[in-house]
Amino acid sequence: MFIKKSMTHNFNMGCRRMSDKKRNNQWAIVKRVMSDLRHYQKWIVLTILLSGVTVVLTLLVPILIGKAIDFIEGAGNVNFHGITKLLMIIGGSVLITSLAQWIMNITNNRIAYEVIEDIRNRAMVHIQKLPLSYLDKQTTGDIVSRMISDADQFADGLLLGFTQLFTGVLTIAGTLLFMFRIHVGITIVVIIMTPLSMFAAGFIAKKTYALFRRQAQIRAAQTAMINETISHQKVVQAFGHEQQVMTEFDELNAELSDAACKATFYSSLTNPCTRFINALVYAVVGMYGAMSAMSGTISVGQLSCFLSYANQYTKPFNEISGVITELQNALACAERIYSLIDTEQEIPEQPEAVVMKKADGALAFDDISFSYSPERPLISHCSIDVKPGQRVAIVGPTGCGKTTLINLIMRFYDVQSGAVRVDGTDIRNVTRESLRSNIGMILQETWLKSCSVKENIRMGKPDATDEEVIAAAKSAHAHSFIKRLPQGYDTVISEKSGAVSQGQRQLLCIARLMLALPPMLILDEATSSIDTRTEMKIQSAFLQMMKGRTSFIVAHRLSTIREADLILVMKEGQIVEQGSHKALLEQDGFYASLYHNQFS
Amino acid sequence: MNKLLRYLSDYKKECVLGPLFKMLEATFELFVPLVVKAMIDTGIVSQDRPYIIKMCLLMALLAAIGLTCTLFAQYFAAKAATGFSARLRHVLMNHIQKLTYSDLDTMGTSSLITRMTSDINQMQNGVNLTIRLLLRSPFIVFGAMVMAFTVDVKAALVFVVAIPLLSIVVFGIMLLTIPMYRRVQEKLDTVTEKTRENLIGVRVIRAFRKEAAEAEEFCSDNAVLVGVQKQVGKISALMNPLTYILVNFAVIALIYAGAIRVEAGILTQGAVVALYNYMSQILVELIKFANFIITVTKAVACGNRIQAVLESGHPCEDTGEMPQISEENRGSIRFEHVSFTYENASAPSLTDISFEAKQGEVIGIIGGTGSGKTTLVNLIPHFYHASSGTITIDGVKIQDYPTAVLRQNIGIVPQKAVLFHGTIRENLCWGKENAADAELEEALCTSQALDIIKAKADGLDEMLMENGHNLSGGQRQRLTIARALVRKPEFLILDDSASALDAATDAALRKALEHLPYHPTVFIVSQRTASIQNADKIIVLDDGVMVGYGKHDALLESCSVYKEIYDSQFQHGVQKNV
Repeated sequence: MFIKKSMTHNFNMGCRRMSDKKRNNQWAIVKRVMSDLRHYQKWIVLTILLSGVTVVLTLLVPILIGKAIDFIEGAGNVNFHGITKLLMIIGGSVLITSLAQWIMNITNNRIAYEVIEDIRNRAMVHIQKLPLSYLDKQTTGDIVSRMISDADQFADGLLLGFTQLFTGVLTIAGTLLFMFRIHVGITIVVIIMTPLSMFAAGFIAKKTYALFRRQAQIRAAQTAMINETISHQKVVQAFGHEQQVMTEFDELNAELSDAACKATFYSSLTNPCTRFINALVYAVVGMYGAMSAMSGTISVGQLSCFLSYANQYTKPFNEISGVITELQNALACAERIYSLIDTEQEIPEQPEAVVMKKADGALAFDDISFSYSPERPLISHCSIDVKPGQRVAIVGPTGCGKTTLINLIMRFYDVQSGAVRVDGTDIRNVTRESLRSNIGMILQETWLKSCSVKENIRMGKPDATDEEVIAAAKSAHAHSFIKRLPQGYDTVISEKSGAVSQGQRQLLCIARLMLALPPMLILDEATSSIDTRTEMKIQSAFLQMMKGRTSFIVAHRLSTIREADLILVMKEGQIVEQGSHKALLEQDGFYASLYHNQFS
Repeated sequence: MNKLLRYLSDYKKECVLGPLFKMLEATFELFVPLVVKAMIDTGIVSQDRPYIIKMCLLMALLAAIGLTCTLFAQYFAAKAATGFSARLRHVLMNHIQKLTYSDLDTMGTSSLITRMTSDINQMQNGVNLTIRLLLRSPFIVFGAMVMAFTVDVKAALVFVVAIPLLSIVVFGIMLLTIPMYRRVQEKLDTVTEKTRENLIGVRVIRAFRKEAAEAEEFCSDNAVLVGVQKQVGKISALMNPLTYILVNFAVIALIYAGAIRVEAGILTQGAVVALYNYMSQILVELIKFANFIITVTKAVACGNRIQAVLESGHPCEDTGEMPQISEENRGSIRFEHVSFTYENASAPSLTDISFEAKQGEVIGIIGGTGSGKTTLVNLIPHFYHASSGTITIDGVKIQDYPTAVLRQNIGIVPQKAVLFHGTIRENLCWGKENAADAELEEALCTSQALDIIKAKADGLDEMLMENGHNLSGGQRQRLTIARALVRKPEFLILDDSASALDAATDAALRKALEHLPYHPTVFIVSQRTASIQNADKIIVLDDGVMVGYGKHDALLESCSVYKEIYDSQFQHGVQKNV
């Protein structure tokens, strides 16, 4: 959390040293934000009008109060009639100001939150269409932080922009205008003196930056240590290593405490210092004002009005420098979300792409070449031919590239040359949706949605009845353990909860597929986390599924391999050999050596 | 929460002086309107220039004194707050080191990490702000009122009405919105979860053609979030307008009352200005105070969570006395009717386990996933306390040992091969501090890991990344085995720790273990019958019950579960590839 904070901090510093190019870029983002805001034109006009009203009235009130005070000159010399009238006007304008302010606040909230909602929704819809080649490269955490924290920061920035920057600038301008009208000399004194407080704040910020960075670094080191130790606390204890851990921890802790104390202290100087300078401004205004009042250029009421302006005027001035950093930060965040939304989508469907009906299950690689990156060619000119209902075993050492095959068959990735054909049709000529509806897959990573067991099984067939769900669970040998879960079929599965073991998750994935069995299957047999008895159950479930279906099995089990109609032998991403068990043994190549090494 | 405050005890001086200096600063601030009043009533009225200049210099002086006081106060606050958090971090970390395994299970790693990091930071913030604002803000609010009374009692009655009303608005809105902001956070968490889920499950979602449905679900979650956000926004948007109305109506009342009093000759014009200025001071401080309360509420919540951790858990109570061990019992372990139920679990994980192991024996433990194998071996180093029954080691009940002594005699290789950031040597020395290179190499040799060291440029001083990410699974496993062997333990526990080793290395490892000169009693947990079939005794577990106990051949005859496991891995005596 704070690591991220320190990063954004660094980022801000970077922004200050930003080149013109980056400035242009920033301008482009501002324009884009504006165009995203265009649906809210009416609301924005409203909020601008309201803030105008608020600012003018807020500035008017001190003047009116000043006038009222002028009516109170001394004993026996009070103009009650004038005061009553003025006070009623003040009361009226206060009520109007408050109403305007309230509506303005609500409008600002509405604009900011809805813009972010819209951006988030667009991003999510976009993610569903992003090519896997992009998603595989990005870390989940990065995209999540764009969608969540960047969007949040952006919303905060927008709100601040509307509420503080806008009214702040208006207030400063308005105050100056009003002050000039009353007394030019005092106004000039105020204008000359206020930047002093900004300089002071800037000076302190610059000095504390190094301290904050040191604090962030030590904190990061300590957090890394805390993370590592507590994550493996059991090992620490098993080896009686607690004492050493504490020694190391205390060293870092002392360092952190020192750095934190300095950073906290120096940064907490900003407010008192600006306050001090504001007090000086106040004193000077008071002196100059009093002198002028003495010479009769202004009245006492106007002096009191000036004093309250001096207070009011410095406030937005102090805030604005903070708001600008915040806004720059918000723009940087906006850029990160936009760059996600701008990422190129999957190649769109061919205009003449047809909907594939239920396939017979013939699958062919027709002289395909494929690689993830141009500089590292992977598969070149490979052809395979699988007939409907055939069983294909994919064999090879770990990391040999079985996911590549799955990626190509499911059209998660497109081949660079040649074609993947199902029932003789190039899969690029059918819609992705209809292609995928013809293929079922079970992967080693057993992903389940965080919803109930029932809903998970229903994923492939949303309108399935409870009976169908139970039947599917039974044929996947999952029924008995589901029944024993706390809420049976309604137990909610969440990513973190350990309620369901790895093996059971796999059974649920099988049940999910059982409910709506497509004519082609991709099965990853890997069962390293499952004990052999459960594995046998899964095996029998697999066998039942594969009956009459074209299946690709990432195989580890000798029996599966031997009985396969076709064996694809993979090595370093390539299909190096293919054929039946017998033929491959006769070939006496890689498969034969693999077989002899592992199975005998 | 309140119990945590004792960690502030080293900073008593700062905790008293800090707020005191803040109050001093506030006092000087409260004088300013009086100076302005004097300027108007005396200076302007009597046309006394030097007096006005004097008064302005006085204002500047008051500001300077105020600044000096704050500097002291801020320093005391920073020192106390950071010192407090450092102390708290130490205490909490120390507590975590002493937690039992079941405490760790129930509390969960990630929540402990949050307590250690962001929760303590929040508390530091809270303490810092408390020292700075707790006295200052109320002091200014009430101080302004008191000063108003010194100016004029009747007119000051406006303050008596205005302050409670303002407080009601400020604190009322805050109280209303705090729980709502919590709901916003919850909804935001849902949206975050949904995003993660969509990214992690992208292949399955596309395979099942759920893209549109998922996006729709996301949009509706998102809409709920925005709905709640807008709701909170509506209420918190009331804060400024309402306080603005109250303050200005109070000012109107003040001026009107002032006018009457001035007309009667009781008040001066300058006094009215002073009253007006005091009213303006109040609002700023009340809003500051409201924000302060929010920070403190958060800090208190964090504090309560931290205190809950400190109070929970059952840090082991060591008697500190070393029990007497007779030589004949050395190396023996005995389980008598041991049962164990995990905290918050409904069913026991182990039921009525009894067995005995003598020095140098190899005990194999086999069973399906979730049958209780790991639980059983975790009872031996007293990681968990048996719910019933007794466990004796070297003839002494394990609860009679000081924990450190007990674990010193046991080398354990956990299921998950965990290594730490640091050199290989540092990692191995976890087994025995300051072990000589020869000892390390001996252990590495037994664990079949010498070749790993040889292949590394820096040998034993090769740096490992966090979790040993720069090693393969098998290499990590062999290093963790070596780590356990370095201390030449009396008991060695291998918890399925050879799963990533190929058959040949596995066999070589078992052979090397048999020939260890110090004859440890070895427990081997495995799913593979091949790994344990030569054990002196084999314990077969099924659903936490010992369904078989004996040697391989006998078990094949008598124990159906064992036979099933064996048959699933061997066919006609030939190992299948699994």
